[in-house]
Amino acid sequence: MPATDLPRSAALVEADRLMTICNACRYCEGLCAVFPAMEMRRTFANSDLNYLANLCHQCGACYSDCQYSPPHEFNVNVPAALATLRNDSYAQYAWPRAFAPAFARNGLFIALAAAACVAAFIVGFVAWRDPAVLFARHAGDFYKMMPHNAMVALFGAVFLYAIAAMALSLRAYWRDINGESDLRAVGEATGNAAHLTYLGGGGGGCTSENEKPSAQRRVFHHFTFYGFLLCFASTSVATIYHYAFGWHAPYALTSLPVLLGIAGGLGLLVGPAGLFMLARKRDAVLTDVPRRGMDTAFLAMLFLTSLTGFALMAFRDSGAMGILLAVHLGVVLALFLSLPYGKFVHGLYRYLALVKYAREKRTAAFVE
Amino acid sequence: MPFSEIYDVVVAGGGNAALCAAITAARAGRSVIVLEGAPAFYRGGNTRHTRNLRCAHDGTAPTMTGPYDGGEFLDDLCRVTGGETDKALAQLTIERSRELIPWMNKAGVKFQPPLGGTLSLGKTNAFFLGGGRGMLNALYRQAEALGVVCLSDAPVTALAIEDGFFTAATIQYQGAAQQVRGRTFVAAAGGFEANIEWLKQHWGEAADNFLIRGTPYNRGDVLKMLLAHGVKPVGDPTQMHCVGIDARAPRFDGGIATRLDSVVFGIMVNRAAQRFYDEGEETWPKRYAIWGRLIAQQPEQIGYSIVDSKSIHMFMPSIFPAVQASTIGELAGKLKLDTAALEKTVADFNAAVRPGTFDHTVLDDCRTEGLAIPKSHWARRIDAPPYYAYPLRPGITFTYLGVRVNEESRMVLNNGKTSGNMFAAGEIMAGNVLGKGYLAGIGMTIGAVFGRIAGEGAAKNARN
Ligand SMILES: Cc1cc2nc3c(=O)[nH]c(=O)nc-3n(C[C@H](O)[C@H](O)[C@H](O)COP(=O)(O)OP(=O)(O)OC[C@H]3O[C@@H](n4cnc5c(N)ncnc54)[C@H](O)[C@@H]3O)c2cc1C
Ligand code: SF4
Ligand code: SF4
Repeated sequence: MPATDLPRSAALVEADRLMTICNACRYCEGLCAVFPAMEMRRTFANSDLNYLANLCHQCGACYSDCQYSPPHEFNVNVPAALATLRNDSYAQYAWPRAFAPAFARNGLFIALAAAACVAAFIVGFVAWRDPAVLFARHAGDFYKMMPHNAMVALFGAVFLYAIAAMALSLRAYWRDINGESDLRAVGEATGNAAHLTYLGGGGGGCTSENEKPSAQRRVFHHFTFYGFLLCFASTSVATIYHYAFGWHAPYALTSLPVLLGIAGGLGLLVGPAGLFMLARKRDAVLTDVPRRGMDTAFLAMLFLTSLTGFALMAFRDSGAMGILLAVHLGVVLALFLSLPYGKFVHGLYRYLALVKYAREKRTAAFVE
Repeated sequence: MPFSEIYDVVVAGGGNAALCAAITAARAGRSVIVLEGAPAFYRGGNTRHTRNLRCAHDGTAPTMTGPYDGGEFLDDLCRVTGGETDKALAQLTIERSRELIPWMNKAGVKFQPPLGGTLSLGKTNAFFLGGGRGMLNALYRQAEALGVVCLSDAPVTALAIEDGFFTAATIQYQGAAQQVRGRTFVAAAGGFEANIEWLKQHWGEAADNFLIRGTPYNRGDVLKMLLAHGVKPVGDPTQMHCVGIDARAPRFDGGIATRLDSVVFGIMVNRAAQRFYDEGEETWPKRYAIWGRLIAQQPEQIGYSIVDSKSIHMFMPSIFPAVQASTIGELAGKLKLDTAALEKTVADFNAAVRPGTFDHTVLDDCRTEGLAIPKSHWARRIDAPPYYAYPLRPGITFTYLGVRVNEESRMVLNNGKTSGNMFAAGEIMAGNVLGKGYLAGIGMTIGAVFGRIAGEGAAKNARN
């Protein structure tokens, strides 16, 4: 029985209403994991709805295929209802709770964070040395601006904080949805996440511009996701070089960290730009309109991270290096800081939902 | 404007049958216009509400458990229609149903295996990925890619027909009457189930209490025009397919989600709190299909399905919540039924229940003894509170009256001749094959098979 005694947000009430209609209809059961997971339930507690909301990949197929979508009086719009609830759920599980409001006006929050971080680096460089250092030529040696150990300490600390904050949020989510897992479920969910299986509308693809499904969103998401992973790999390799082998940056163009960084950086230019374009063309009716800034902010941060990284590489021997380094480090720091309080978390919650789904579909039964 | 041209093929309607005809004719190189009476969102009539079609196949269809051979299909069809089927057309339907999955795939329609709740149909029926609207969207994309002109909000209001020969259709389009001229005509505009006035001719004021499960736009106007122009009718004009659905469903277009499966698990009473039919007579799906008519014959055309907490989770979840109470008396109060009468009906029923082993998947041995109206299977006492009730009304799916066609899908006239250039497909001629009863998925099969045949015939005809 649902926890109807608890006060429910409008998003929960709407998701419950829709899941009840869908469960009596079930025509979309072949499209994605949401509907089979729904069919394992007869009533929907808040935690069930938060689970289903994060299982949804927002491909839009169930909107264009629905005989009850508006203007029908049942007014069924599953993608938008689940997107709204999903965005609510990030705030609900955010650690610490005090930062939950960051999700409400996420675009503004991230823009301010980025500006503040860039400014802090500029001020820091100037205060650390003197204003002339900022515009001097350093032959690509970043550590003239900021000692390597200081950089590692700052970014390491922020990164660890971000990981801890996300882990605590995810733990709250996992407990709330009664998550259970096993190795097979993890394997299956990892496969589904890597392929973006459920961004495919059950084989038709994603509905972007109109109801005609296409693979574009999935492709650009792959650029983004794998670009991010490659950049992460580049940084990891560089760290190993530094500490394990004593090989210090700057690295040659043909070195592994630079090659990985270039490949990943290209992904982070193409992917976010493509996703942004598609999002602009996408029918707004499928989305959580008031919080679309969250998506845009995250895409912008990834894009800027890459762009400023390339600019730095291109002009690292010039007098612009100091400013470019401050901008790049500022953007990266803001990206790290905002990881737990922005769109980045969508992948984590969704991954856990996929794990739960992979397991429960083997162990639970459909409700008839 | 698209109205200066003389089209090779003019199609009235915008559902499955219409688009199968349009795509087929367009692939043959003909110019085609589709005139859909409903606004864009509601395009595709009752096809929007479907989920599968039935087809004969050899067992290799990837989303089906099989095989389902033609002989078995024909047996099923003869059984449900009680022989009221044109054998030649029935055989043609079944033969050509084999081509439907590949044809639909080519048109961009995708299929899925059935999952929860419909597994029993996995052998006989192919399920559309995303249901009927997903399927329709694919057909419209295909038609438009082939250059078919698809108008919506363009109801046909008159037909120019001379001696069974079509020359033009009048449509109401963007506030004005327009003439659409054509060399051939395909009528695929559905039945008249949404035309309450027409239903009243046979059902009287009771029709005011009928709910129409599908589109409000299937008003039978094209059917009426054709019959007025001397096309031969087929099918019983008084009959309709009618199931028991949730009385709280909207008047039109509630679709599949308003279906209720609770009846066999308890008792069904009328406004007077009396049982009126054996709730345990038949297995699904037949049991589902008889209750609409039974309820239509009760006072105020309403019935109440009553179950207890033993059964409430045994059937598909309902769209509207059950009315719930901790005693039968309280339930009667909530349903505004006579308390004493309902208590007596339940008590009498409970007293008559014989012990048995309950199994709702087979005709089990749980039955009553000594009641004027027995419950012959699945009879269990209604004694475990809370008690639940669902109000039910007749939900009309489709009507049987249509136009007579031959194996070319060409209309047959009252004078025995066939029309020079008029074809029909889908529900508007389904009565040729399905004179009575229903077989899950057969509506879409008839629409697609005869839609394609009509498209082929019209394409050939338009050249002559
Ligand atoms: C809830 C529900 C579920 C169903 N499920 C299934 C199923 O799973 N499988 C199955 O095989 N069958 C099912 N059926 C039956 C099925 O819907 C019909 O058999 C099928 O849709 C008939 O196809 P059609 O193209 O002939 O008619 P429709 O799809 O109803 O199309 C008729 C079209 O004609 C248009 N029209 C009407 N009047 C005019 C006019 N004057 N001018 C222009 N256009 C006009 C309508 O707007 C409509 O687009 C279901 C029916 C309902 C109500
Ligand atoms: S989205 Fe619409 S068609 Fe799909 S299951 Fe829900 S109600 Fe049915
Ligand atoms: S993943 Fe796609 S089909 Fe599934 S619920 Fe979300 S929008 Fe609908």
